[in-house]
Amino acid sequence: MAAGIKDKVAILGMGCSRFGERWNDNAEDLMIEAYVEALADAGIEKSSIDAAWFGTGIEEEHVGKSAVPLSMALRLPNIPVTRVENYCASGSEAFRGAVYAVASGACDIALALGVEKLKDTGYGGLPQRNRGSVNDLFWANASAPGSFAQLASAYSAKHGVNKDDMKRAMAHISVKSHDNGSKNPKAHLRNKINEDKVMNAPMIAEPLGLFDCCGVSDGSACAIVTTPEIAKSLGKSDLITVKAMQLAASNGREAQHNSWDGSHFVTTRAAANRAYKEAGITKPRDQISLFEVHDCFSITEFVTMEDLFISEEGNAVNDIMDGFYDADGKIPCQIDGGLKCFGHPIGASGLRMIYEMYLQMQGRAGDRQRKEEPVVGMTHNLGGFPHQNVCSITIVGKEGA
Amino acid sequence: MEVGILAYGGYIPQSRLQRSEIAKAHSWFNPGLNGLAKGERAMANWDEDSVTMAVEAARDCLADSDRNDVSAVYMASTSFPFMDRQNAGIVADALNLNSSLQTLDFASSQRAGSAGLATALQVAKGGSGPILFTAAEKRQTKAASPLEFTSGDGAAAFLVGQGKVIARLLGSHTEAVDFVDHFRGEGEAYDYNWEERWIRDEGYLKIVPSAISALLSETGVKAEDVTTFCFPVAARGVAGMLAKKLGIPESSVADNLQANCGETGTAHSMVMLSHALENSKPGDKILVASFGQGSDALLFEVTEEIKSLSPRKGVSGYLARRYAETNYNKFLAFHDLVNLERGIRAETDKKTGLTTLYRNKGMTQAMIGGQCSQCGTAQFPKSNMCVNENCGAIGTQEDYPFAERISKVNSFTADRLTYSPDPPAYYGMIQFEEGGRLMSDFTDISPETDIKVGMPMRMMFRVKDYDNKRGFRRYFWKATPADASNKGE
Repeated sequence: MAAGIKDKVAILGMGCSRFGERWNDNAEDLMIEAYVEALADAGIEKSSIDAAWFGTGIEEEHVGKSAVPLSMALRLPNIPVTRVENYCASGSEAFRGAVYAVASGACDIALALGVEKLKDTGYGGLPQRNRGSVNDLFWANASAPGSFAQLASAYSAKHGVNKDDMKRAMAHISVKSHDNGSKNPKAHLRNKINEDKVMNAPMIAEPLGLFDCCGVSDGSACAIVTTPEIAKSLGKSDLITVKAMQLAASNGREAQHNSWDGSHFVTTRAAANRAYKEAGITKPRDQISLFEVHDCFSITEFVTMEDLFISEEGNAVNDIMDGFYDADGKIPCQIDGGLKCFGHPIGASGLRMIYEMYLQMQGRAGDRQRKEEPVVGMTHNLGGFPHQNVCSITIVGKEGA
Repeated sequence: MEVGILAYGGYIPQSRLQRSEIAKAHSWFNPGLNGLAKGERAMANWDEDSVTMAVEAARDCLADSDRNDVSAVYMASTSFPFMDRQNAGIVADALNLNSSLQTLDFASSQRAGSAGLATALQVAKGGSGPILFTAAEKRQTKAASPLEFTSGDGAAAFLVGQGKVIARLLGSHTEAVDFVDHFRGEGEAYDYNWEERWIRDEGYLKIVPSAISALLSETGVKAEDVTTFCFPVAARGVAGMLAKKLGIPESSVADNLQANCGETGTAHSMVMLSHALENSKPGDKILVASFGQGSDALLFEVTEEIKSLSPRKGVSGYLARRYAETNYNKFLAFHDLVNLERGIRAETDKKTGLTTLYRNKGMTQAMIGGQCSQCGTAQFPKSNMCVNENCGAIGTQEDYPFAERISKVNSFTADRLTYSPDPPAYYGMIQFEEGGRLMSDFTDISPETDIKVGMPMRMMFRVKDYDNKRGFRRYFWKATPADASNKGE
C-alpha cells in the first residue's frame, strides 16, 4: 500500500453557509457565503489559490454543468477549476481533489467548495429524476429512502434483531441528532424531538418514517488546504491535518452477485479498512474521538457504526441505546446535528462534516463544543444505494496525533 | 392430417373489483345499474395491458412445450397498446422466441378472438409448425356504463397445430354480417352501444344459430351431442336461449364467468374455451361460438392426449389467485377516468430511446441475463465482464434467461415517496436460486400480502413506464409472490 497522505496536508481555513430553505438565495449566493468565511479564516488573498475543485450532485436543479459556475461565482482568476460529481460523496470528492493537489506538490494552496440547491423542485425530498437511458429500462422505481430502508429488513433477518428494537434504536439516532442540531445556529432543523414522535411519524418507506429521514436543504461549505509548512509560514499553529482519505466504489457485487446479504455496506468496510491503515489507527473504538457519518436515514447511521468497526456486527442496537454515540457519550456521532438536521445539499455535505471536525478540534464549536477537544475525527459519506454506491471516508486530526 | 389444440393457457388479473362498489358510486345517476351490482369483475393492475396479459396466458400455455418449435404468434384484441407496432411481436419477444416467426394481430371486432383461432387452425392445417395464438382484452369503458360492470380483463392462449392434439378441430364456420350493435370509431376511446333487446333478438338469436347450424351440418355432429357450449356474451340467459333453440342440452351451456370475472371482450370466447378444456374428458365435444359483425363457430373433440398434458394454472388457477378490490376509485385512477392529482414527481419524463431499447431488447423484454462460460456465475444484466470478483473474465457471457426462474426476497420496502400509480411502490432485492439477482419492482402485492425476507417470487412481464407525452410504454419484468396462497381474500 502506498504511504498515503497522512499529515501532508493541513486545513488552512473553512467556511459553511447556513443550511436550510434558502428561498431567496441562488447557489452562487450560498457559495459566496461559505467562501467568504473560509477565505477570512485562512487569512489569505484570493490570488494565493492555485486551483479549485467544485462538488455538486444534481446540477440540473441549479447551476448546470462544469466548474465554470464556481469560477464565475467567486471570480477566480482563470485558475484550474474542476467540477466533481460522485453521488453524495461529491463534496468529499472536491476535498480529495484539493488535498491530493497539495499533497502532490502541484499546488501550494487549493480550494474545495460544495453546493446544492434542492429546494427548487416544488416538493419535499430529493428531486425525482432519470437514472440514465439504459438504467431506466430496468432499474426498480426506487427512491433514496426506499433503497436504504431495505437495510433494515435484511439486517433484521440476518441478525435476528426484532423490528421493534431496531425501530427504537433508529428513533434514538434521530432524537440524538435533533438534540445536537438544536444547539447549532447553522443547522436547518433545530427542534428537539422524542422517540415516540419518531416512532409514530407517517411512513415514508417501510420501516422508515418521516423522522428517520434527513432534511432536504440548500447549503454550501468550503475548505482551503495547504501544506503544514506553508500553513505555519502563514502564522498558523495547532494545525488540523488530513490523516487519510479513502474512497470505495461498488463494482456490481452487491447489485448482481449473491455474495452480499443486503445488511451492510461493502464499500464502507473497504474504505474504512484502508483509511484506518492510512491514518495508522489500529483500534478505532479507542482512537477515534468524533464521527460525522452519512445519516441520510437513521438506518444508514445504524448500519454504518458496524461497518466502520466501532460497534460489533449485530450489536449496534446496544451501543446506540447505551448512548455511546450521544453528544456526551464515548464517541459522539453527528455532534453538529448531522444530515438529519442540516439536510443534505449533496455537494456541500462532505465538506460540512469536515467543517464541524475542524471547529471541534479548535474548540470553536460554541454551545455544542465537546468538553474534551476531539483529537482524531472521521467523516463518512455514502452516495447512491446500498446495492451500488460510493463510500468516501476522511480522517482529520490534530497535527502529530 | 388432423389439426387441433396442443396446449391451452389462461390468465385473469388478480384484482376483482366488487360490482357493488361501482353501483354505490353511480346508482344515484342511474338506479338501473343496481341490477348489475352482483359479483365481481377482473381488473387489470395499472401495469397490465392486453400484451402483458397475453404473455402470461402464453407462459401458462407453453408450460413445458418447446418454445423453439413455435412457428407463428398471433394475438387478438380490440385493446392493443399499439396501433402501429405489432403487438404479437412484443408477445413473441417477451417469450424469448426466435425471430424466424410469423407474427400477426387480429383486431377490430369482438369476433377477433375466435377468428384468430380459426385462422391459426387453418394455417396449421397447411403443415406449419405449432402456432401460438393469444387473445387478451383490457377494455376501456365509460364510468357508469353497463359495460363497466359486465366487462372484465383477461387473456387466453392456445398452441395449435398437428400431432398430439388434446382437442381436434372437427370444423368451423363463419357468418359475416355487418350488424352494428356497437362500434368504436377512429380515435375514440369508448364504445357506442345500441339497444340490448334488438341485439338479442336480431343479433344473437338469429346470426349465431345460422353459424352453429351450418357448422353442425358440415361436421355431422348432432346438437344434443355437444358436451360444452361456450358462448361469451354477458347478457343473462342468451347462451341458454341459443342452446334451447339449437337443441343443445341445457347442461352443456358453459359458465360465462360473469359472476367472478366478467366478459373479457374479444378474448372471452377463448377464455371460456380454455376454461372448458380444464375439466374436459376424451370424447367431449366443445362448441365455441362468438358474436361480432357475424359469428364464428368452432367445434372441437377432446382426445386421449388431454390426460398427459402437464398441469397448468389455467383460467381457474388465476381465478383462484384473487384479491377482492373494494376501492372503485382505484379503478377510476388506473383507467384515467378521474383527473387525479399525481404530484410533481409524476412529471418525470419517461422517454425511451428506441435505439437504447433495441440494443437492450433481450435484457428488458425477454429478461435475458448472462452466464460466464468460465466460472458459471449467472448475472443480470449480461455484461462483457463477469461480476464474480474471483473471475472477472471478459467476453465469456452466454445468454441466460431469467424470466421463468424462481427467486427469493433478500430485502424489500414499501415506498410512499417515489411516484407510483398504485402507492406504496413495493420493490426489493431478489435473488435467483441458481445465481443472479436484481433490485426489482414488485407487482400484484395486495394489502394482505405479507412480504418476508426469503419469500419465493416469480417474474411477470409488465409495463415498466408509460410515456404519456409520446404514447409509448416500455415493458420489463417484475417480481410477484410465487405462491398464490400468500393472497388474502
